Amino acid sequence: MQVTGTVLTTRRVDAYHALTVVAPGIAERYRPGHFVSVAVGGAYTSMVTRRAFSIHDVKSDYGGTVELVFTAGGPGTAWLAERRARDTLDLVGPLGRPFPLPRDPAHCVLVGAEYGSAVLFPLADALLARGCRVDFVLGAAGAERVFGAMRARRLAETTTLTTEDGSLGVRGKVTDALPAVIADTRADVVYACAPMETLRAVTAVAMEFDIPVQVAVEESMACGIGVCMTCVLPIIGDDGVTRMVRACVEGSVFRGEQVRFEDVGTIPFDALGAPGGGVRHVS
Amino acid sequence: MSVDMRTFLAHVELANPITTAAGCASSGRELAQFFDLHRLGALTTRSITMAPRAGRPTPRMAETPSGMLNAVGLQGPGIDAFLERELPWLAQRGIRTIVSIGGGTVAEYSELARRLADAPGVTALEVNLSCPNMEDRGRVFAREGSAAAEVIASVRSIMRYDVPVVAKLAPDVADIVSVARACVDSGADALSMINNPLGMAIDTEALRPSLAAVTGGLSGPAILPLAVRCVWQVHAALPGVPLIGIGGVMSGRDAFQLVLAGACVVGVGTALFHDPYACLRVERELEDLLRARGFQRLADAVGLAHRPPGSAHRHLLVDSEESTP
Repeated sequence: MQVTGTVLTTRRVDAYHALTVVAPGIAERYRPGHFVSVAVGGAYTSMVTRRAFSIHDVKSDYGGTVELVFTAGGPGTAWLAERRARDTLDLVGPLGRPFPLPRDPAHCVLVGAEYGSAVLFPLADALLARGCRVDFVLGAAGAERVFGAMRARRLAETTTLTTEDGSLGVRGKVTDALPAVIADTRADVVYACAPMETLRAVTAVAMEFDIPVQVAVEESMACGIGVCMTCVLPIIGDDGVTRMVRACVEGSVFRGEQVRFEDVGTIPFDALGAPGGGVRHVS
Repeated sequence: MSVDMRTFLAHVELANPITTAAGCASSGRELAQFFDLHRLGALTTRSITMAPRAGRPTPRMAETPSGMLNAVGLQGPGIDAFLERELPWLAQRGIRTIVSIGGGTVAEYSELARRLADAPGVTALEVNLSCPNMEDRGRVFAREGSAAAEVIASVRSIMRYDVPVVAKLAPDVADIVSVARACVDSGADALSMINNPLGMAIDTEALRPSLAAVTGGLSGPAILPLAVRCVWQVHAALPGVPLIGIGGVMSGRDAFQLVLAGACVVGVGTALFHDPYACLRVERELEDLLRARGFQRLADAVGLAHRPPGSAHRHLLVDSEESTP
């Protein structure tokens, strides 16, 4: 649904911007893993595509608020970073398929890199409410880019931090620390949100331990509602056929082993409808 | 007083002049979550192809000043899945549907027409002659009147007489009027314009083209003047031919420009990415603009900007005379 939300508060969190927006209908329907799309640039904007953001926090006050976390990278997010309390935003959401939750209490490892971590906190709340054990592995290039370390420490049984420059926690990437965490916590499932390369490595680790892994991908999209067909990636279906699938409506959460990470950005030759009929075989 | 927004696409009456642009509303189901599709004049599907198509690699989209580039490559499930799942879904709900078709050869277009000829629920058939994303770059039919005419003649001969065949034209041609005339001469009941002109953007961080396909179709408000020009020229040359005006419509005022230039139906495309309710908003705004200018019927405004100088406000005078007691 589309909501004209009012900005409640803006704040800086480490290297990121966070906006809390009053958006009643969206907050009500939200499940962890959903995202929202935001129109940027105001009424006469020259920016025609919406920006998609995962939701970091949902609260029920003021009829329901959602908090978005982002970096001011391009002109769209720079405009968003300039919003102040009482400004209005055009939001559409909640969009996408949420994280599936385990039916019974399980040991869950939540892996986030950069601001991909943001989406994991509502997930952690939902898992804890079901009696799951939650452990975080959060990482980034440097200390100021590790998102939500404090909140993770409060929520989780253990929190492992990694930075590539060694300025915080373990020097290295989240995937360097992940095998030990999975082994120590006897994890049943891994949830991850991070850039594609990291998700690929996280999936590889989880598959080595033979435990399920749910990944939330960050694909660039124009509409967020499934009509523009720009956010596709190759996904192996339950029937074994690879299809170019929209991250916005069929994702953005996928089972890790469904995603053909090494083929993202290409049309695999054996994908349904690939040039050449999708029936060629390499020998 | 409400304005009579009914319009005719050839002999088919539509409740209002707003349709979705091909490829911008998939097959309707996504937008149906937001509003009742019956409120559209018609829904135009993405271009349907014979075989399923996986489309182009990503990145497929790049935002540009007041617009965006896309190189989706006609991703879609193919005609079989369309006839099995998507068209029946629309037909059962009685949604006016303009089915867009795309092919690489005349034979492929003909086969698509054959498959659709007996399918219930096809209000009109739009022949995508101009998709710049086709893998086979040599066969952009819309670039040449004779190639376009060959496709239209074949499709027209196959489709049922009561289903209008609409030729969708590209702006990337030396003379759009000659292509339009060739299509009409070979049997097109209506024309729609414009498809995306080709454009390109370069990523200044990666130092390479922003799109995996290098070039892509430009859409959005950036191309509105191009659409208005094309509609104007074709309406001036072929005033009796119904036109679907498409290209960068974001507001009722944009749609009004196309109507005044000669379009009796207006397609809303890229605006849907920005605002899922764009079609309804454009329709409402267009109606308000017409009412504010004293029009009682949309049909009275179609092509009105072509009237010779000196005959300004004729309709407004007529209206005020009528309303004087």
